[in-house]
Amino acid sequence: MKKEELLVAALENGTVIDHIPSELVFKIVDLLDLQHEKRSVTIGYNLESEKIGRKGIIKVADRFFSDEEISRLSVTAPNVVLNIIRNYEVVEKKTVVIPDELHGIVRCPNPKCISNNEPMASFFHVIDKGERLLKCHYCEKELNV
Amino acid sequence: MHSLVTIADLSKEKLLSLLASAARFEAEPNRKTLDGRVVATLFFEPSTRTRLSFETAANRLGARVIGFSDAATSSSSKGESLKDTIMMVSNYADLIVMRHHLEGAARYASEVSPVPIINAGDGANQHPSQTMLDLYSILKTQGTLEGLDICLVGDLKYGRTVHSLIMAMRHFHPLFHFVAPTELAMPAEYKLYCHEHGIDYTEHTALDEELITGTDILYMTRVQRERFTDLMEYERVKNVYVLRADMLRHTRPNLRILHPLPRVGEIAYDVDNCPQAYYFQQAKNGLFVRQALICDCLEIEG
Ligand SMILES: [Zn+2]
Repeated sequence: MKKEELLVAALENGTVIDHIPSELVFKIVDLLDLQHEKRSVTIGYNLESEKIGRKGIIKVADRFFSDEEISRLSVTAPNVVLNIIRNYEVVEKKTVVIPDELHGIVRCPNPKCISNNEPMASFFHVIDKGERLLKCHYCEKELNV
Repeated sequence: MHSLVTIADLSKEKLLSLLASAARFEAEPNRKTLDGRVVATLFFEPSTRTRLSFETAANRLGARVIGFSDAATSSSSKGESLKDTIMMVSNYADLIVMRHHLEGAARYASEVSPVPIINAGDGANQHPSQTMLDLYSILKTQGTLEGLDICLVGDLKYGRTVHSLIMAMRHFHPLFHFVAPTELAMPAEYKLYCHEHGIDYTEHTALDEELITGTDILYMTRVQRERFTDLMEYERVKNVYVLRADMLRHTRPNLRILHPLPRVGEIAYDVDNCPQAYYFQQAKNGLFVRQALICDCLEIEG
């Protein structure tokens, strides 16, 4: 059995976030607020991957992410896969779906936008999911991510 | 009650009913429909012209007006957030007219404010009452908004008034002629907007008499020196975009010249006396349009 499979297999219930580009591991920890997670979290990076060279993996015991939480990854790491583990088995594989709206995830590139000058969250409408084209709800500037 | 943030939020029916309301205010501007109400004008960025127009509109409706005319005298100079200023003022006023240098400020204010917000300009973004007075001026001088030839001249890159006018006219099958120096040409996103909404347009780099002869509305805008990265280019083109009376000899009888004002030299003073000059009346129309907008946002019969 390979080491990676061991990591997955060791989890009784929870989520394994896989196929993370190594350099984005801690960004994802941040986006999912895992630094405040009370349950056990295992983080691996620079693991061998045929698909993306070197990958990272995050394993969270007894934690299942909502669609809203998963959608926070859609700009930074759209290609990660979330394996839902129950009773040591992968019961579901979730991919990241870009939502219709992004709240507080992307910073508006327009320095004159109100969202960069008030204590408030940014808000983008996703106007083309394929082209990954966003439009700021406030200043109406468009942005490719 | 509702806010007015951008012209893009208004349907064709809404635009037409606001224009009809403005016409009733022109016929009878002094109506005390807002007796006992308070309107706040919060100008975080100074604009005397727009502020006076809104304040006159509120006064002629019988409302009391409170507010400030630039950020230096407001609490935002002490570091207060926009939200806090809006929440404070909404304790006193039934409606807030605001102008702000930051883009999206009015949208944000409308989402946190318990009273309606009218956007009187948010940076380079939107200025819907200007667009409404442009529409009103076009309707009043042409008798219709349908199927007009509209020539937009000058700074079409940064000129938000021309961008908003295109959006507002999308309901009325116009033919636009974009006349601008290459550096200030109509941005691709607005040309795409035209394609998506079935609006036809032509593009030109010179304002020639032939173009003027074939148009119903000549909409002039400022060509400002500071917009140019290449000052040689500015020196080369600045006189090409100056309208003079002798260019108006063979126009259609219904041609009218509009300009959002203030002008900086793109309309020669000898044009002022031509029957086609309409920019001063256009500014006056802003009053009736703003009366209509204030009443509409408060859902009071206008
Ligand atoms: Zn923005």
